[in-house]
Amino acid sequence: MRKTSSKMWAAAAGAASIALLATACSSGDGGSSDDESSASSDEKITLTVATFNDFGYSDELFAEYTKDHPNVTVKQTKAAKSEDARTNLTTKLAAGGEGLADIEAIEIDWLPELRQAPDEFVDLADPAVEGRWSDAVVGNATLDDGKLLGYGTDTGPEAICYRQDLFEAAGLPSDPDAVAAEVGTWDDYFALGTKFVNASDSAWFDSGVATYQGMINQVKAAYENPDDGTATDLADNAEIQKLYDKVTSPEVQALSAKLDQWTGDWDAAFQSNGFATMLCPSWMTGPIEERAGGVTGWNIANAFPGGGGNWGGSYLTVPASGKHTAEAKELAAWLTSPEIQTKAFIKTGNFPSQLEAQKSDEVQSATAPFFNDAPKGAIFTDRIAAIDVIPFKGPNYFSVHQTVQDGIKRVEYENVDPATSWQTVLSDFSALGL
Amino acid sequence: MLTPTRDAAQDAATAPPRQSRRVGFNQRLGRWDVKFSPYLYISPFFILFLITGLFPIVFTAYVSMHSWNLLFGQGEFVGLKNYTDVFAQPHFWTSLRNTFSIFVLSSVPQVITAIVLAAFLDQNLRSKTFWRMGVLLPYVVAPVAVGMIFGRLFADKSGLINAGLEAIGLPAVQWHVDVLASHIAIASMVNFRWTGYNTLIFLAAMQAVPRELYEAAIIDGANRMRQFFSVTIPQIRATIIFVVITATIGGLQIFDEPRVYDATGLGGASKQWLTTTLYLYDVGWGNQKNLGRAAAVAWLLFLIIVVIGFLNFAATRRIATGGSGVPSRRARRAAERAAANRRAS
Repeated sequence: MRKTSSKMWAAAAGAASIALLATACSSGDGGSSDDESSASSDEKITLTVATFNDFGYSDELFAEYTKDHPNVTVKQTKAAKSEDARTNLTTKLAAGGEGLADIEAIEIDWLPELRQAPDEFVDLADPAVEGRWSDAVVGNATLDDGKLLGYGTDTGPEAICYRQDLFEAAGLPSDPDAVAAEVGTWDDYFALGTKFVNASDSAWFDSGVATYQGMINQVKAAYENPDDGTATDLADNAEIQKLYDKVTSPEVQALSAKLDQWTGDWDAAFQSNGFATMLCPSWMTGPIEERAGGVTGWNIANAFPGGGGNWGGSYLTVPASGKHTAEAKELAAWLTSPEIQTKAFIKTGNFPSQLEAQKSDEVQSATAPFFNDAPKGAIFTDRIAAIDVIPFKGPNYFSVHQTVQDGIKRVEYENVDPATSWQTVLSDFSALGL
Repeated sequence: MLTPTRDAAQDAATAPPRQSRRVGFNQRLGRWDVKFSPYLYISPFFILFLITGLFPIVFTAYVSMHSWNLLFGQGEFVGLKNYTDVFAQPHFWTSLRNTFSIFVLSSVPQVITAIVLAAFLDQNLRSKTFWRMGVLLPYVVAPVAVGMIFGRLFADKSGLINAGLEAIGLPAVQWHVDVLASHIAIASMVNFRWTGYNTLIFLAAMQAVPRELYEAAIIDGANRMRQFFSVTIPQIRATIIFVVITATIGGLQIFDEPRVYDATGLGGASKQWLTTTLYLYDVGWGNQKNLGRAAAVAWLLFLIIVVIGFLNFAATRRIATGGSGVPSRRARRAAERAAANRRAS
């Protein structure tokens, strides 16, 4: 009896492991039987939408779509972090698009690298969506030959978020309009900061790297030649060196809380009056509120040093590997329509990139209770209008940007002399071999 | 259709040579069973290994000989250029330094603490299971969660550890700036996670040590210390070597902890805690998307681990032949069981 059962166990184990093998080998083509054939208009199909964080798309919203398109069921897969979604997208693109969703959400910053693989995506250009977005939003996702890679969902116009109470305590003008009037240029912004730190224990801004990011978002061609995408030699890049020198100069460093964004120290500084102002893309209001719970003084000034600037924003793309690209394109157009994105804005605060949505009453009348009821809808609409430069960010943007960021971090956190750190930036740059 | 079958059956019955051949076939089947069945039974592991182990290693070598972008795929054949490129990158050498430093700072205290803890758990304690499960608890916590918790503990300005240091009059440590400090912080995450796990493996080995040896030692007048060094340690030698080898492989591949140690996850502004796997990830999946170069790093790391594995192996042999006795079968079997568990987990 005992012998039999042990034999049976062995057989079962063998069978199980072979079954495991079989499933491991076949998982690639399983589970998508309804995607097999090319779609006719009334055939039942399922479209998948891959997003991250919170795009504000709910199951009720998708049910609404199914009501109008009875043959289409929509499913959403959500990644917790945009980095996860990015890794998923790039690795699957590298594998020929196998396993990608019918609609993949992307961040504006991934576009430079995705532009290099235009064949992986369906051209979304369509007369029906013309004029839906500003030229800047469309331009970022448009290739030289006019192919449109993605439909914009939301955008990141930058304003200044500041601590009204700390301004008052330091004897500075604290009314949003008064503050806005004093931070028109970067020099004004830093000068006001010097006044502030002389009268307060708090720092002026949170992070030199973030401040540099705000500046770089206003540079037309920061690291690369817009004509061919080749990297500019950093050693000869006077404009970048000027910005670097500014951020790492003793005067500006004296204003910095020297924090690394998204770290524990940064989080903690929101509660301990660590700094009084922040560059504030529309989506940043959420993270501030999250970290500064219980702090009452935050407000938004309708201004940004040096004009306007955009930091972040997202798009929906349709990978060419999908089985139902035409239907996916239709769904993407619907999801990025002004009405839907206004709903998403109400739900999540992601500022819609659709011109019509920005003008809508819901958006225009939206206020931010946490920021002393600042009229955020109106403010960020103004901030979009103020954007006058569409920066060129090519395929090498991130690599080069990272080396300069590291250079600023060395000055901020490690007390390295700015000139020495710049030399390391240059050697890091040449190690990239661009 | 019936007739031919019957004919065949009759043929078979009337013709003796055929019958004998059938017996011969049965015998041959039996011989095959004895000869090949064992291989068939263990084949699932090897087939799996071929698909998930050997093929990726070989394919990585193939990738490392080409210029290969993550997005556009295979480029032209470049020979060993990716390797020479990697050697020319100062960050690669920094990453090797960091990897070894973090490896030493984590493995050595980890193994020593685990042995001592196991020795305590091997005593007659009340509520044994509680204590034994207790040491394993940190292992259950996801590494990223450990990273986030320790990231806050070791925060430069607002961290609990610096607050504690300042409370007792010591200067705050710049955990995210100073090279050695960052290594210690990361090593402490690794130790937090793996010490209890290794403790249980040592405990399993210690419980397999024959109790008569201790009785004899007591009769000879050996105190607890002496018993530990002269009986326990020599008896669990095989397990120690097993743990050292797995700790080496794990230590050289350390990724999660340095990845979540700061917000960027690229080893700090001066690459203070950039480990080799982190470097590999950045080259292949970061901004450069240079899969060819990343594959070259992977192969270099593989070779380094192989070299160190051989050093470990040599050390094993020396200890095994140099010691007074080979580890008992029970101890070895316990270690093997533990090894199987570790592989299975």
